Amino acid sequence: MTLLTVEGLSKRFGGVVACDQVALEVRPGELHAVIGPNGAGKTTLLNLLSGELLSDEGRIALDGREIGALDAPARAALGIGRSFQITSVFGEFTAHENVALAVQARAGHSFRFFAEARRERALADGARDMLERMGLGERANTPAAALSHGEQRQLEIAMALAARPRLLLLDEPTAGMGPSESARMVEFLASLKGTIAMLLVEHDMDAVFALADRITVMTYGRVIATGSPDAIRANDEVRAAYLGTDS
Amino acid sequence: MGARFAAFAILALLAAVPAIAALLDQPFYLDIFGRAMVYAIAAISLNLILGYGGLISFGHAAFIGIGGYAVGILSVNGIDDVLLQWPAAIGAAGMFALLTGFVVLRTGGAHFIMITLAFAQMLFFLFTSLELYGGDDGLSIPHRGTLAGFKVLDSPVALYYLVFAVLAGALALSARLVESRFGMVLRGCKSNERRMRALGFSTFRYKLAAYVLSGALCGFAGALLALESEFVGPSVLHWSRSGELIVMVVMGGMGTVFGPLFGALAYLMLGHFLGDLTKHWHVILGPVLILIVLYARGGLAGLFARLGKRP
Repeated sequence: MTLLTVEGLSKRFGGVVACDQVALEVRPGELHAVIGPNGAGKTTLLNLLSGELLSDEGRIALDGREIGALDAPARAALGIGRSFQITSVFGEFTAHENVALAVQARAGHSFRFFAEARRERALADGARDMLERMGLGERANTPAAALSHGEQRQLEIAMALAARPRLLLLDEPTAGMGPSESARMVEFLASLKGTIAMLLVEHDMDAVFALADRITVMTYGRVIATGSPDAIRANDEVRAAYLGTDS
Repeated sequence: MGARFAAFAILALLAAVPAIAALLDQPFYLDIFGRAMVYAIAAISLNLILGYGGLISFGHAAFIGIGGYAVGILSVNGIDDVLLQWPAAIGAAGMFALLTGFVVLRTGGAHFIMITLAFAQMLFFLFTSLELYGGDDGLSIPHRGTLAGFKVLDSPVALYYLVFAVLAGALALSARLVESRFGMVLRGCKSNERRMRALGFSTFRYKLAAYVLSGALCGFAGALLALESEFVGPSVLHWSRSGELIVMVVMGGMGTVFGPLFGALAYLMLGHFLGDLTKHWHVILGPVLILIVLYARGGLAGLFARLGKRP
């Protein structure tokens, strides 16, 4: 049984084929990494999966349900969460408010006009738990814009998780992080493994090979290989196209 | 809490205006401050979408016009009770917001500004050419209506306090709204709509609801304006009125609960007193506005908040 099935997915921007007949599967609880050089179409793929972009061709199914025509909010409601490559938080809200808003996204409708949102126990407690898990408990009342870059990356993940997704799309979660922050992020993602399916786009090969159950390699919009980390390491085509000299 | 303190002080002063006007024998104070309160209500409505939603509507005068004409047209047709006129004004303005909202909210940025202006201009020319209801000259309201059958509105003081009550209600409503779930979604859309959608919020729905709410409240302000001046004409929905509302919101402090109150009063008082000095008072207003935008971050509300923090 697969959680996410992608077949023949294509997206063109003018003459450029950003994704070309991409096929991949994500199994429940699996951490599936997508790697490839810059411009390989990895972020486009995430945008197609999250619904921010609609594909030109191909199908996307979540748990057997076709979701290719749904917009981003509808897909999020079905359980696809994501983090962004460039940190995307609500700068003027506190860290706690950021996460509480993410909890609110999955806690019924928001056409409630009078009751103070911050007094809703379920939202406040859910947000606090998630911040503590992320190690941001002490920064709860700091405006997101005043957090360090690494903390903002953590907040980004906390928000994506707070909406309780079944599939989490992670776009370079360690981008711009220092070595120690990066190691903590990898450790955290490792601790999530098995509880939630993740599709990870990442440039840090150490992180990818430490975390991934399976790896898909893309170049020029195409998938050239999918397999276990060991199989990918041993794949000649991958070595030629991407891993190059350092492996 | 400086801004809140200032707001309550201003509300207390506004409540005392009828007594002061009687004491000083200056009955026109009621007109000036009554009108200022109506514009404050309109500015509060604009602030909901501009200040909290980041939607720069350059057509909010349209809602004032709709509310005003709803009262005027019902009035000349013999429907006199404000308990019928007001729901009609609010409903018509809300309906206009709903219908146009489907179009304007598909756009953003400069397009949003221009298309809200375009819809407002369409209404402006519609009412200008509506000969049946005064056309260019506007429509005189034969007499102020009744409130649930009582002829209390003929008393300027009663009308004044009625507007005061609506203003207080609008402030309370917006204070609650912006802290509610709905308000958090609206502010989230202003801050980062892409993120909101990725979290699962169908942002269009929420923005449309906010637009309708804002339009409806502004329609109410228009109904009160028509009642106060016993007149409604195309001039109330001229594009410059929409601009004035934006100036009020910016001057007072966008995205603050009490900013529109400060901004509307400051703008109209400046206009009144500078207007006594010279009819070219906008020449003075312009630099004042620039100074406020440059140096008082968060407008007058931000200024009061900072003053409140000083020991």
